[in-house]
Formats: sequence, structure tokens, C-alpha cells
Amino acid sequence: MTEMVLTGPKQTLFTEQLRLALDKWIAKYPRGRAQSAVIPCLHILQEANGGWLSRAIMDALAEYLSISSISVYEVATFYSMFELEPVGKHKISLCTNISCMLCGSEEILEHLQQRLAIKPGETTADGLFTLKEVECLGACVGAPMLLMDKQYHEYLTKEKIDALIDEVQS
Amino acid sequence: MKLDQVCFRTNHLSPSWTLDAYRQVGGYQVLENILNNKLKPESIIEQIKNSALRGRGGAGFPTGLKWSFMPRRLPGDKYIVCNSDEGEPGTCKDRDILRFNPHQVIEGMIIAGYTIGAQTGYNYIRGEFFEPIERFEAALEEAREAGYLGKDLLGSGFNFQLHTHVGAGAYICGEETALLESLEGKKGQPRYKPPFPAGYGLYGRPTTINNTESLASIPVILQHGADWFHELGTPNNGGSKIFCMTGHVNKPGNYEVPLGTPFAELLELAGGVRNGHQLKAVIPGGSSTPVVPAEIMMGLDMSYDGIAKARSMLGAGSVIVMDDSTCMVKALQRIAYFYYEESCGQCTPCREGTGWLYRVVKRIEDGQGKQEDLDRLVDVAENINGNTICALGDAAAAPVVSFIKHFRDEFQYHIDHGRCMDNTA
Repeated sequence: MTEMVLTGPKQTLFTEQLRLALDKWIAKYPRGRAQSAVIPCLHILQEANGGWLSRAIMDALAEYLSISSISVYEVATFYSMFELEPVGKHKISLCTNISCMLCGSEEILEHLQQRLAIKPGETTADGLFTLKEVECLGACVGAPMLLMDKQYHEYLTKEKIDALIDEVQS
Repeated sequence: MKLDQVCFRTNHLSPSWTLDAYRQVGGYQVLENILNNKLKPESIIEQIKNSALRGRGGAGFPTGLKWSFMPRRLPGDKYIVCNSDEGEPGTCKDRDILRFNPHQVIEGMIIAGYTIGAQTGYNYIRGEFFEPIERFEAALEEAREAGYLGKDLLGSGFNFQLHTHVGAGAYICGEETALLESLEGKKGQPRYKPPFPAGYGLYGRPTTINNTESLASIPVILQHGADWFHELGTPNNGGSKIFCMTGHVNKPGNYEVPLGTPFAELLELAGGVRNGHQLKAVIPGGSSTPVVPAEIMMGLDMSYDGIAKARSMLGAGSVIVMDDSTCMVKALQRIAYFYYEESCGQCTPCREGTGWLYRVVKRIEDGQGKQEDLDRLVDVAENINGNTICALGDAAAAPVVSFIKHFRDEFQYHIDHGRCMDNTA
């Protein structure tokens, strides 16, 4: 992966490929409204940075969008999908809200904690998994469910959890 | 019972989400007719009003009336925004509309834009919906290539651009003014109303925000007529509605049935209550709607007015079914935690009150409850209710008040004995 450029003139920030991706979003909003692109841009930069946002990245994005750094920080800290500390290679977000709870998400959480030997909010020693307990992800008919990276996994059982983890570890 | 008449009308096709599939059910014909014959916006609004379509996001506000508030002749930018920030616990219908019939949302948004005088639309989709976002984007590409988006659509002189926007995990952004703030690249903190979005919306310009299911209903209403749609449901409750049947049912799923369908029939469609158990209670419209005990619920019809009879709400049609193994204290504890976690922190009664509600319910669940706690909970809930900028405060209060009202014995038992009644978890 090419190293991201985080200081210097706007037209050289990040990488060329990333600038193209960011510009595609910025173009969706009226002239002078580039701030609208802050959430999609943070998603792109977070993914390119191994799943988390450093302060230097947020500052560079502020520069790129011509907005203040605080405008980026307050968005990055408000929304639950943004990580401000390094995370594991794969992020597991387990829903434990009401419909999932009624369908056994507590047992699933317990099993995940045992298998990975971590608690929600923690990352495994090998840096492979971060576990998060999250609010409703809008797939309640498939309860219990989780989001791993970009993929929903529904109708979870202990066996499915084992298969999922085995596949990543192998 | 007629199933899959509106938003799921392509579900029998495989794949159901392509332009080809959508055309097979008459897709984009309504739009072509509107553009070719330059139909009067006023007549479209009249038809939507007559159809008795009510907002499918939860509030149930008449869609036609909402459209009529737009100052369509005002010069300058105006916007149509689709609210696909589905996040009310128990709700997962918009995800399936976007995955299985995205073109119908697109056609609905173009028609809405034409009608209210907007030339730009944004579909705000929650960030975790990677698959629905991909489907919607692919459908946008197809629609662009077919000439349904862009400049001078089908030679009508009407310009319309439509974009996907993504969220990043915040329940509050489902509230329409918080969604607008988020779309402007800010924290999702709701705005005071008035001014309403029709006067001061996105970037301060006139804006209409509709739920995904509402917008996807528009092409079908105009294709088959307002009367057809209205008669599918009941008076003042037009059309069909997707019900997300979740929790303790044998066949959880999204079922699109006519409004007014008896709850008992809907429950049967979802395979009935989990084998070996009896129905205990139902949250009929998502976690913020008041819980209804089984014996009352079994006599209700699934419509806005039908559920209102039990002093609850149809909400987004998110039916959370709880059987006799459910501890109501524990269920409320989880719901109370949700509102505490998701409060945006702007208004003191909600920011502080949701924490109080959660902590007091938790201590009752943990066997540390005090005799005065039930009255205290109701008191805190009532002090939040109506005292905040947006409805999240009311949404946090309603479950607490209704759970205690209908299941006070169970809460009292927890306080007295420090544990559940024998038959619950």
C-alpha cells in the first residue's frame, strides 16, 4: 500500500487513488458544500488506514475539504462506525438489541468472548479481531446477527460463529 | 390475504432488483407518462392524498399533505431526501426494499422531485448497509443509462439528479432534521421545529424527507390508482405495509400485508409463537412504541388507527413478539440502555433522564431495586416526555411508562424478591 501523504498542499494529500475516491463524493454536493462529504470521506480514509482514524488523517481531511479540524473531529467522535484507536484486522459488531436478545444474542456474545478470549471493545493479541457490542443494525428478522467487516451474518448459532472464526484464522 | 402488492411486487422475480425485473411489473411507466404528458403536480398530490398513504417511517403523517407544504414555485434549489437510515430496534424493511426492489425507490424519488419542484435528491442510507448501498448504487447506474436521471428527462425539460449518501452509525439521524444536519456533514443533532424542512431544510432550502417505504409506494399508487391503493387497506389507512415480525415467532420475516390485517392473522403468517410457548406481549411498531399485553394485542387490527385503540402506535411496523419466557424487566433494561446510548446529548431532560431510566431499571433487574423506584421511573419518564427538541425523548419515555403500566406486578416482584417470577428467564 502506498503511504498516505498527510501534510503539504491539498492537491498532493493522501494518494492519487484516494483523492479520486474522495472527489467522487465531493462532486455529489453543491459547490461550497464539500463538508457534506465528511462522513463518506472518513469511511474511505478509515478503510485505507487499516480500520481507524488518526488525528493526522482527520486534520488532512479538514484541509482537503477546506473546513476546520474540529468539524471533522466532532463527526468522527459522534458516529459509532468511526474508530479513533487502532483495531484488529477484522471488526466484529454483534447486535444485542431487543430482537436479537430475544433470539439469544447473549449466548452468542458469551461464545464470541470465549472463542476470542476478549471482551467487547478489545482486540485479540494476534491483532486479528476486534469485538464490539452494537445497537440495532436493521436485520432483526435474521436475529441474532452480527456485522463482520462489510458482511452481515444472520441466524447465528455457536457453530456458525466457530465456522466464521475458523475461516479467518485458517 | 393479498401479499407483496406494493414494495415487494418484484419479489417473485429472480433476480428481483434489476431494471429488467422492475420493467416487468410496469416499472418507470408512471414516470414516463408523467413526463410525456407533463402531468400537473397538483393532480399528483391530489392522488397521493386520496390514496391515504401515511408516512411509513413511524410517524404516519399523510404523505400527500407533506408534499403540499412545499413552495414548489419558489425559485432556487429544493430537495427531496429519502430516509433510509433504518435504526429503530425491530425494523429491517427498508433494507429489503433497497436490496430487492431499489428501482421503485428511485422512480418514487424522481416523481416526488417532479411533484415538489426539486431537481436534486439524496438517499441517506445507514453506513452499515453495505449490501443495500451497493444494490442502490447499481440501480442508479442502470437508471442513469436508461435516461431516467440527468438533464431534460425524456425530452420533458425536467432535470433530476439523484445521489446516495451514507451515514456512520447514529440512531438519531433517523429523525428528519438530524438527518439533514448529518447530510450537511455535521453531528446528527435535531433542529428546532418550526421552521419545518419544507420551509428551511437541507442547506436552508425547501426540502421534503420521506421514508424509503413511503417513496417506494408512490409509483404503485399512481399506476393502479388512489382508490385501488386506499381500498387495499382501510379508511384513512391506505395500502399495504411491511411488518417486520421478530422475536419469539417460528418464522421471523418481513411480511407485506394490507393495513387492517388482524394481528392474529399476521402472527399466523409468521408461523405463530415459538413452539411450546404462549404469547405474553407485543411491541407493535418498534422499541419506542408502547408495549401491548397479549390479550389486548390478539384483538387488534394492524393499522395506524387500529393500534392507536390500545394507546400504542403502528410506528414503522416493527412487531417485536415476546413469549411467556420473557422477563419484562430485562427487556425494558435493554431498551432503556439503547436510548441512553443513542441520546445525542443536546437536551438535558433526555441526556440526563435516559441515563436515570437505564440505571434504575438495571438496579431493579440486578435485584437492588428500591420500593420507590417504580414511581421514580414514571416520574423521570414524564419529565422527559414533551420536554425535548425531538421525539427521541418521548421514545425513551414511552416503553418505561407502558412496561410498568402493564407489568407492574413483575417489576414489583423483582424489587421484593430480587429475582424474576418463576416462569420467566
